[in-house]
Amino acid sequence: MSETPLIGDLGETPSAPLSGARIGVVTFPGTLDDRDAARAVKLAGGTPVALWHADSELGDVDAVVLPGGFSYGDYLRAGAIARFAPLMAKIVDAANSDAKLPVLGICNGFQILTEAHLLPGSMVKNDHLKFICRDQTLRVENNRTAWTNQFEEGQEITVVLKNQDGQYVADEKTLDELEGEGRVAFRYVGWNPNGSRRGIAGITNAAGNVVGLMPHPEHAVEPGFAPLGADGHYSTDGLGFFASVLSQLVEAK
Amino acid sequence: MPRIVVDVMPKPEILDPQGKAIVGALPRLGFTAFSGVRQGKRFELTVEGPVTDQILEQAREAAATMLSNPVIEDVVNVEVLDETAAAAAEDVAAPTEAE
Repeated sequence: MSETPLIGDLGETPSAPLSGARIGVVTFPGTLDDRDAARAVKLAGGTPVALWHADSELGDVDAVVLPGGFSYGDYLRAGAIARFAPLMAKIVDAANSDAKLPVLGICNGFQILTEAHLLPGSMVKNDHLKFICRDQTLRVENNRTAWTNQFEEGQEITVVLKNQDGQYVADEKTLDELEGEGRVAFRYVGWNPNGSRRGIAGITNAAGNVVGLMPHPEHAVEPGFAPLGADGHYSTDGLGFFASVLSQLVEAK
Repeated sequence: MPRIVVDVMPKPEILDPQGKAIVGALPRLGFTAFSGVRQGKRFELTVEGPVTDQILEQAREAAATMLSNPVIEDVVNVEVLDETAAAAAEDVAAPTEAE
C-alpha cells in the first residue's frame, strides 16, 4: 500500500494544501486504468495510494477509486469475479458505514459496484455490439455527491468513453426510483452510445458517497492527452471528479 | 465424476444483443426457420464424490449468488448430469462426425 510513483515528475501541484488527502486506487488482475486514475488524483492535488485486490485491509485512505479495465478478463460477467476480491468486502463495509467512504467506480469499476450491490442495476453488452471509443459529452444531473460537487447542475462536460459492456439496464421500478430520488448523476448528451436505459451514464447511491459511471474522467485531466470539449478546447473536465472528493474531504476535516 | 449442470439465461425483458446478432446472421447461411435466438450460459460443476442434497443446495446457492446476476439473468436449471445419458449421447454423436 505504497504511494503510486508516476511516469514523469509532476512537481508541485497547484492545490498543494489538499495533498494530505489519500485516495486509494485498486488494481485487480486485468485492470488497465489504475495508473491514469492515480495520475488524475495527483494532478487534482491528492495523494494516490496503490491498493491491491487481494489485500485484506483498506489501510489509511480517505476515498477509493475502482478504475477501468477488464478485471479477470470480464469472464463470467463484467465485474462479477472482482466483486468477491478480499478488498471489496472492506470497501463495501466502509462505503456503507457511518464514515461513508467516498467510492468512485469508472467503467469496469462501475460494473464491479453494481455486482457488489453498492449501486443498483447492471451493465450488458452495447446494443450495437461494438466496442466503442469516442469523446462523449455528459450532463451533470446531480452535483450533490462526493464526486460531483465542483460541477454545476446541468453543466455539460466532455470525457472519453470506451467500453464494450456499457449498456446500463435496471427494471422500470428501479429506474423510476433513481429518477425520483435524483440519483441519476450523469446522462449522455446528443447520442446514447450504448443503448443505456433513459440515457443514463452514471448513478449515485442514496448517501451520495458512491458514484459509478461508464465514461472515463481520468482520461480528461491533461490538455495534451484529452478529448475536445464542447467549446473547441481540450477538456480537463475529468479533474472536477477528483477536485470534488478532495474538496469534500478537506471540509470534513 | 458426477457433474451438476447450471443453466443461466438472460431475462426475457432484457435485450440480448448477442442473441439478436445471431438471429440476424442465421438467414445469411440459409437457416430461415428461426425468428428469435437467446444466448445463455451453461456451467458444469464437477463433484469429487456422490452428489448429496447438501452439495446440490450449494450449487443452487452458487447459481443464485455468483453464476448469475438476478438483475439481468435467470437461473433456469440446476440438475445432476445423468452420466449414462451423456455417454449415450456422445456415442450417437461420434458416427455423425465420421461421416
